[in-house]
Amino acid sequence: MSLAIELKGIEKNYPGVVANHDVDITIEKGNIHAIIGENGAGKSTLMKILYGMVKPDAGTISIFESPVTIKSPQDAIGLGIGMVHQHFMLADNATVLENIVLGSEPMKAKVVVDYAKARENLQNIIKTYGLDINPDDLVADLGVGMRQRVEIAKVLFRGAKILILDEPTAVLVPQEVDELFKNLKVLTANGLTIIFISHKLDEVMAIANSISVMRRGTTVAELVPSKTNKKELAEYMIGGELPSPRPATTKPRDEKVLVVENASINDRTGREVLHSVNLEIHAGEILGLAGVEGNGQDELIEMIMGLVKPDSGSVTTVGLDTRESSLREIRDHGVGYIPQDRQRDGLLMAAPLWENRILGHQETKPMSNGLWIDKGAAKKDSQRIIEEFDVRTPSNSVSANALSGGNQQKFIVGREMAGDPKMLIAAQPTRGVDVGAQAIIWDHLIEARLNGTGVLLVSADLDELFKLSDRIAVIFRGTIVDYLDPRTTTPEKLGLAMTGEKIA
Amino acid sequence: MKKLNKLFWALAAPVAAIIFTLIFVSIILLFKGANPLSTFQLIASYGSQTDNIVAELNQTVAYYLAGVAAAIGFRMLLFNIGIDGQYRLAIFFAAVVGGATNLPPFLEVPLIVITGMVVGALWASIAGYLKVKRNISEVISNIMLNTIASGLIIYLLQPSRLGLKGKSSDNLATPMIPKSGWMPTFHIFGGQLYSFGLVAIAVGVLYWIVLNKSVFGFNLRATGMSFRAARASGVNAPRMVFITMAISGGIAGLTGMGELLSNTHTYSLAFPTGYALTGLALALLGRSNPIGIAIAAFFWSFLEQAAPALDLNGVPKEIVMMMQGTIILATVTAYEIVKRITRRQQQRLVGASEAPRVEAAEKGDKK
Repeated sequence: MSLAIELKGIEKNYPGVVANHDVDITIEKGNIHAIIGENGAGKSTLMKILYGMVKPDAGTISIFESPVTIKSPQDAIGLGIGMVHQHFMLADNATVLENIVLGSEPMKAKVVVDYAKARENLQNIIKTYGLDINPDDLVADLGVGMRQRVEIAKVLFRGAKILILDEPTAVLVPQEVDELFKNLKVLTANGLTIIFISHKLDEVMAIANSISVMRRGTTVAELVPSKTNKKELAEYMIGGELPSPRPATTKPRDEKVLVVENASINDRTGREVLHSVNLEIHAGEILGLAGVEGNGQDELIEMIMGLVKPDSGSVTTVGLDTRESSLREIRDHGVGYIPQDRQRDGLLMAAPLWENRILGHQETKPMSNGLWIDKGAAKKDSQRIIEEFDVRTPSNSVSANALSGGNQQKFIVGREMAGDPKMLIAAQPTRGVDVGAQAIIWDHLIEARLNGTGVLLVSADLDELFKLSDRIAVIFRGTIVDYLDPRTTTPEKLGLAMTGEKIA
Repeated sequence: MKKLNKLFWALAAPVAAIIFTLIFVSIILLFKGANPLSTFQLIASYGSQTDNIVAELNQTVAYYLAGVAAAIGFRMLLFNIGIDGQYRLAIFFAAVVGGATNLPPFLEVPLIVITGMVVGALWASIAGYLKVKRNISEVISNIMLNTIASGLIIYLLQPSRLGLKGKSSDNLATPMIPKSGWMPTFHIFGGQLYSFGLVAIAVGVLYWIVLNKSVFGFNLRATGMSFRAARASGVNAPRMVFITMAISGGIAGLTGMGELLSNTHTYSLAFPTGYALTGLALALLGRSNPIGIAIAAFFWSFLEQAAPALDLNGVPKEIVMMMQGTIILATVTAYEIVKRITRRQQQRLVGASEAPRVEAAEKGDKK
């Protein structure tokens, strides 16, 4: 077998941080090679080096067995390396063909775009690799899975022989993941090489021919899926034993922390974004909310918190009718909120951690007496969170933006659980955090449940929903379409329900 | 040691900015054929003449209040360029109310001052309302409101309405405020120092305490740092924006109050314009810090007081404006550089705090 990529002794230093060191990876042509690791393990830096966005300080790169220096993404493309970013870079109001051609237009007489030739090239790619896309569809009309295929086609159009996929499954539902995997197999069968970056171990085990594990900037293991297991992979990733969530042993209580009755909400244009939603959460219960993103989860959270009042129906959060209570009253009555977009909604990025501890509790004891902030209490309790939740920071006076994503999230979780809230809204609580932080967060969610907190767990991570939830509600197009019992249902059934297919 | 490091970096930026400005202006002066050293000496000696010091301090008070008004806006990411209109309308109505009443001094003076604050706050809250409810940039609405305020004052100053024709000149003015509405002055250095400066000091202290110690101040800063995070934390963020705009206008309404209460006792079109830009510049220069703004305000009026002396000595007085402009740009740049350096220091510390984990992980490998 010939080698597609050989990386030797790659090193990259940033001030104060070693992003990569002694990275060795060899990838055979036609393989799917997975690179896994926690957040901050150095995967992104390595990919940026490979794609010419970052210059390595040391080490050699060989592509198809000849040593190269990659100075820019243009160089990388020239060498046949293509990158499919996690966040799609497509123009909504253009067609698939236009998007794919953009930036590498075949020209007629050097002035006019030769669309006929572009179309022919694209049709060839679609046929060869079995990609189910239509050149004339408007991108705005396409679903997530389809957009991803457009991104892949875009890279192939530029002549890529090596594809880097950065967490490609993060935005997909299970059925779409299967579809993607089928496509990837066809690609490698045609001689392409794929680098698959992920931290979902199931997927890596299912699709990869070989796996490199990264930890703290370096490659710690190179494995073959048939000779390893998920537990071993996870242990390589975190460098130790993986804690698993404690099984829940208590039953939910009768008391209800949330009652939503026939609640509907129209957006500004009059479109119904939530349609007669009925939802109840008991004290001491974790209710999982499954659904493809954009099916009303954000609106539901805003409605429960009282940020948006229902146009019809009623919402009673921790005993308060949201139409008659301010957000402040509702939060002070015992509602914790772990927002999905933690940097925008959960933190004052420029403020020190101790000030961030106050956020959300600024008008209640012990953080204040309602009029004056108690700085001492804030410093003390932020220190407690740092210790209990293992937030890695030199002190509580470091600003939030200096911390890594996982540590920011641990801090937020710690803050929102302070004062034992009656209800906790946790939106994607472990998205993008590493396995170690995930385990800590899960552990604390379960502990909150044991202490009688009612938890609404909004998650796109099915594994998380199955592990933690007492019940799983499925939201589709602004309404709850199904309730599932995580003990008796399967991920496939849940996936189907998420796409609106009612299962018998 | 940590405190010393912090202090060093806090002072590094302004010192570097001043050095840069002096060098830059020196080069310009050399081009003009003037001697930089003697020019700076001239500014320094003229500005520190005792009879000029009092005028500088009185001007400092007005600039300071405009600077604090701007700084409050900055904390909310509001660019209150309406300080000009807010202050002139406020002083105008304060003078009108003062001229129409004659209460005992302990009532008359507060009445005039509070009238100014309320008018300033109300005028600013128009921009605040438009921003919150109609999503109109406060910069645009405030510039328009400045023009409207000018027109409104001229309209109301007509002798048939609220104004009088001046005795000695054709200048229109409001009726004189009776003696009970005058604030005393301190006689020092042969000048008349306005006692209103004490109010300005109180405003500075209050500004600092409320912003940094109170729940209200926390909510204000939180909303300024992240509107969405503040909202999610339970703050009524749009209302906070509105209130901040009104407070900024209220403080703007105090600008020029010293002049009114201790010197002119009447509002006329002679009251200067342009306090908005100066206030914003000073807030930038002083990093929205009450002491920083005070130093910047004094520096500003010091330079302006010394400017006429340059013309007399054959150096264009516009060199002072050039110094002011350069120092703003230099300060903003220097602070940005310092911010990056200290952020890098912090990241290094954070990086180091994760180190124990590496060792633990490596131990894990060996077993």
